[in-house]
Amino acid sequence: MAVTTPTAPQSGRHPVAPRRIGGGFLDPKMLWTSLPDALKKLDPRVQLRNPVMFVVEIGSLLTTYSALAHPSIFAWTITGWLWLTVVFANLAEAVAQGRGKAQAATLRKTRTQTVARRLTSWAPGSAGSETEIAATELKLGDHVVVEAGQIIPGDGDVVEGVASVDESAITGESAPVIRESGGDRSAVTGGTRVLSDRIVVRVTTRPGETFIDRMIALVEGAARQKTPNEIALNILLASLTIVFLLAVVTLQPLAFYSDAPQSLVILVALVVALIPTTIGALLSAIGIAGMDRLVQRNVLAMSGRAVEAAGDVNTLLLDKTGTITLGNRRASEFVPVPGVEIAALADAAQLSSLADETPEGRSIVVLAKEEYRLRGRELHDATFVEFTARTRMSGVDLSDGTVIRKGAATAVMKWVREHGGHPTEQVGQVVDAISASGGTPLVVAQVRSGQAQVLGVIHLKDIVKDGIKERFAELREMGIKTVMITGDNPLTAKAIADEAGVDDFLAEAGPEDKMALIKKEQEGGKLVAMTGDGTNDAPALAQADVGVAMNTGTSAAKEAGNMVDLDSNPTKLIEIVQIGKQLLITRGALTTFSIANDVAKYFAMVPAMFAGVFPGLGKLNILHLHSPASAITSAIIFNALIIIALIPLALRGVRYTPSSASALLRRNLWIYGFGGLVIPFAGIKLLDLVIQYLPGMGH
Amino acid sequence: MSVAIAGWLQAGLLVLALAISYRPLGDYLAHILTSPKHWRIEKFLYRLIGVDSEADQTWSVYIRSVLAISVVGVLLLYSILRVQDHLMLALGMPGMRANLAYNTASSFVTNTNWQNYSGENTLGYTAQFAGLAVQNFISAAVGICVAATLIRGFVRRQSDRVGNFWVDLMRLNLRLLLPFSFVLAIVLVASGVVQSLADPHTVTTVTGGHQTLYTGATASQEAIKELGTNGGGIFNANSSHPFENPNAWTDWLEIYLLLVIGFSLPRTFGRMVGSQKQGYAIVSVMALLWAGSTAINTWLEARGWGAAARLAGGAMEGKEVRFGIPASSLFATSTTLTSTGAVNSTHDSYTPLGGGMALFNILLGEVAPGGTGSGLYGMLILAIVTVFVAGLMVGRTPEYLGKKIRPAEMKYAALYILATPAVVLTFTGIAMAAPSARSSMNNTGPHGLTEVLYAFGSMGNNNGSAFAGLNGDTQFWNLTGGLAMTLGRFLPMIFVGALAGSLAKQKQTPASAGTLATHKPLFVGMLLGVTLIVVGLTYFPALALGPLAEGLS
Repeated sequence: MAVTTPTAPQSGRHPVAPRRIGGGFLDPKMLWTSLPDALKKLDPRVQLRNPVMFVVEIGSLLTTYSALAHPSIFAWTITGWLWLTVVFANLAEAVAQGRGKAQAATLRKTRTQTVARRLTSWAPGSAGSETEIAATELKLGDHVVVEAGQIIPGDGDVVEGVASVDESAITGESAPVIRESGGDRSAVTGGTRVLSDRIVVRVTTRPGETFIDRMIALVEGAARQKTPNEIALNILLASLTIVFLLAVVTLQPLAFYSDAPQSLVILVALVVALIPTTIGALLSAIGIAGMDRLVQRNVLAMSGRAVEAAGDVNTLLLDKTGTITLGNRRASEFVPVPGVEIAALADAAQLSSLADETPEGRSIVVLAKEEYRLRGRELHDATFVEFTARTRMSGVDLSDGTVIRKGAATAVMKWVREHGGHPTEQVGQVVDAISASGGTPLVVAQVRSGQAQVLGVIHLKDIVKDGIKERFAELREMGIKTVMITGDNPLTAKAIADEAGVDDFLAEAGPEDKMALIKKEQEGGKLVAMTGDGTNDAPALAQADVGVAMNTGTSAAKEAGNMVDLDSNPTKLIEIVQIGKQLLITRGALTTFSIANDVAKYFAMVPAMFAGVFPGLGKLNILHLHSPASAITSAIIFNALIIIALIPLALRGVRYTPSSASALLRRNLWIYGFGGLVIPFAGIKLLDLVIQYLPGMGH
Repeated sequence: MSVAIAGWLQAGLLVLALAISYRPLGDYLAHILTSPKHWRIEKFLYRLIGVDSEADQTWSVYIRSVLAISVVGVLLLYSILRVQDHLMLALGMPGMRANLAYNTASSFVTNTNWQNYSGENTLGYTAQFAGLAVQNFISAAVGICVAATLIRGFVRRQSDRVGNFWVDLMRLNLRLLLPFSFVLAIVLVASGVVQSLADPHTVTTVTGGHQTLYTGATASQEAIKELGTNGGGIFNANSSHPFENPNAWTDWLEIYLLLVIGFSLPRTFGRMVGSQKQGYAIVSVMALLWAGSTAINTWLEARGWGAAARLAGGAMEGKEVRFGIPASSLFATSTTLTSTGAVNSTHDSYTPLGGGMALFNILLGEVAPGGTGSGLYGMLILAIVTVFVAGLMVGRTPEYLGKKIRPAEMKYAALYILATPAVVLTFTGIAMAAPSARSSMNNTGPHGLTEVLYAFGSMGNNNGSAFAGLNGDTQFWNLTGGLAMTLGRFLPMIFVGALAGSLAKQKQTPASAGTLATHKPLFVGMLLGVTLIVVGLTYFPALALGPLAEGLS
């Protein structure tokens, strides 16, 4: 294993376009359709899970009792709005869940009663005997046969055959995928449809615990458990609630002493105004919506804990191929040997590649066309020679007797010598130079009129994905280290690492090396995220704090990871990290907002309660609210309405642009801290201007 | 020199002196708490009391040791006070009544030093020396011990040990409090503070009456009274009495002493966690609160309240002419922001809003800079709460000094934040509702309410200063007061210990650009805001009916 740190890449060369994580918008209709669910949640046993809203509900019961005993417009207004506060909080949760439910319904359709064709005593090579049973009766290790047009009855691995499978039911992607026995593309998911051929599948998951079952549970939020962060925040909110409860309960003896005893309605109103109802009401919706944002990006997180861990990740392990570079190398340059025209080399290279359908071959044709205006042409009477592992060359035999070969340096040089040519030393130098720069040299040679000659070298390069360098710069700013994992030699790896701007790389990496790197990072207290698809990735996926398995991967990998990317796009790891962060930021921002709100509410309510006895306290009525009744009512209405107003924000998540911790803090503190101080002053005043004209709000 | 210039000079020199002692004293404290070497006399004493000085304790053993020595301390002090008439140098004072002895014993063991008695008429020398002075030393050291466990919680990795209480206690006394107090006592004597074991003098006054002048071993007690943020005076008048605090120099020195350990401990913290900047951030918050509060208080007092004071050019009632308004406000602010509770003026006579500031200082939870040790751990708990909210806003599991704030840590921090307000508000509520408590009140209206809130604020936060206007030596006040002081001291300590244990078990997460920086001005500002808002929001309704109702009318 070789871990080396390349020189720190120059960041900020390109101005990085701020990337915004969005998604998850609120359809106003959903507020209405979710109302029945919201009302069902008024059950105190449901509310008990949320200490803040539980207190509001108990408070609403108390004021209802009080309003019944001593009816007044004021008492009923407050009572009504307190109940609305609880309903709004429930509505937030119901709306968040409602979006998941729609998704779950679509998924359920795929889980129709499937018949499984079970093979008893199947073994490789022997067909076994077939019986039809219900899919729900399948056991672990059973073998089933699935043919074209049939639905795969359960999750498993293909052990025989190859088939194209329509997985649109879970991925939404209509293009069929190939699933075959052995290798890293053997996993099939129950509920997907075989389009062609016949496969034998070994069942790896019990009915009821299949991928689709878990997916349904996840998107419905039924399996949602509170995450560590959410629990910690709940503890803080509960303690704030208790403090304010105490402050108000002990206020009454003080108020009695001061000849200003308060009614039950007002005391409850004060408690509700002070306890952090805004964040308390939205907390659960924020969590559900966070998971939902992942689902919308076709990522399934097996637990909320994993989503949170994604926000905390310190180190990202990224596979080079597919994540950092495009899957294939491309021709970037023709280097002729002295004495050969570059155009001649390009021409020969293109001729030899015309029939080469590999991406490398096509890139040679394209390069020749773009740089030297050589058009692809139809060749007649030419024989193409395909690449084989033995010859390590491909090429073309033209009708005029000319033979062109391109391939690995040693193989082509040997071929030239065999045909009587003498490759010059310069060829070796060019080849070495290209290798040293991290590229792959392809030597082009020809035998024309009996003369064998090396024409030059094609420089094949790994192509770093567009914009990936900027992404890594963003990650660096977020304090996340990127490590590129590749099977290349250290020299090649370093060249690509430098170009892509990763912080570190692991060259000639085998599965054990990955595992060792993860453990080393974790021992240093870091959290590691990685993607993987193969069975040999499974241990590392399990060890990583965030392991994203590709949906195309093996079921072992999918079991080991704590997230599955249905699109099998390794770059998505970066988005997952951002969604994790956004989830935490939303919670923190709304908590700050909620606490900051209290200042304004005090200025509205305390003078209203006591200025009658101590006129001096009227000086605290800096908003000049109309009357005590209108002041308290305005504060309570504001408190309820702000929940509704913030539901879209809770569902969408606060705006998050990748940046450093201090920049984020400054921005969020400004918007949600300072905003939280100011907005309620304005809101309460505006409400007061309106409701002072309502009956019962006079002096 | 005008009063204003003298005030500026005094405050300026104070800041300078505190800044000068920040490094050496903080480093020395860190050395005491981390040095592997024992002094010979310490080794001898460990053998004598049977302590294995090399054994580290888990948090629960550590805190149980704290509780054990405190229970023993209360019992011992209670016994001494009860039977002091049979002890040497009793000056003919009778044994203390049971409920007063309980209150006094709790008060001195908890570093509160609330006094429901006047020293010169109640206590003989043995009770002062063997009783109160011993607890002055121990209780001051215990606070630093508990702060040390919390710092070690941040420093240690994957450990279940937080230090050895007996070693910490022994070293803090032998290496810091005893030698420093000894030298300071001599300085105070040289500056005019009395120190005598003679019987009280009876003198004839100019009007021909007779007056008994109690002298006492004042200087030796005065040194630890301030240095250990105890505050219990030999005299009822405390540091406004000329025998305790004869002149401007001793006044300045006493203010310096009651602040110096509290203001130096952030350095100890910074040094132990390996980043001085962290210490500077904490001390900045403390200093800003202290300076702001002093300025506001001085301004309110200088402006005066009501026609008489305005005509007189300031609120001089209850203040010593020797010190004037700035020095009195400085003392009052410093004593209420530390858990000292010594006074050089009568807080009850301050303007309503000025007195309200003193009360607010106490209700802040004694964190700027607070009592010895207790101020630091109080501020660190607030820092944890701040880190939690701020940390979420940068999109990571909040972490402070590489330790994550998870549910367990949040639980203990939340319980800590909850404990003192619960004690203060509950007892205040009970007192305002109970006729037996209200019969002790000499004032009515908002001022009376302020006095009661101040009393329980002071006891619950282990300050010990009294607003006066309240006859505290009744069964109700002695018993509830003793309970409030005990709960207000030891509940938070238990939660700090548990938090320390929980933090020490964690790995250390390395800092990166994505980590919230806890040493930058932005964080200092946020911590300041959280401190003010958390307290302000909790006590605002009660304050509205007390000092605000009185002061805004």
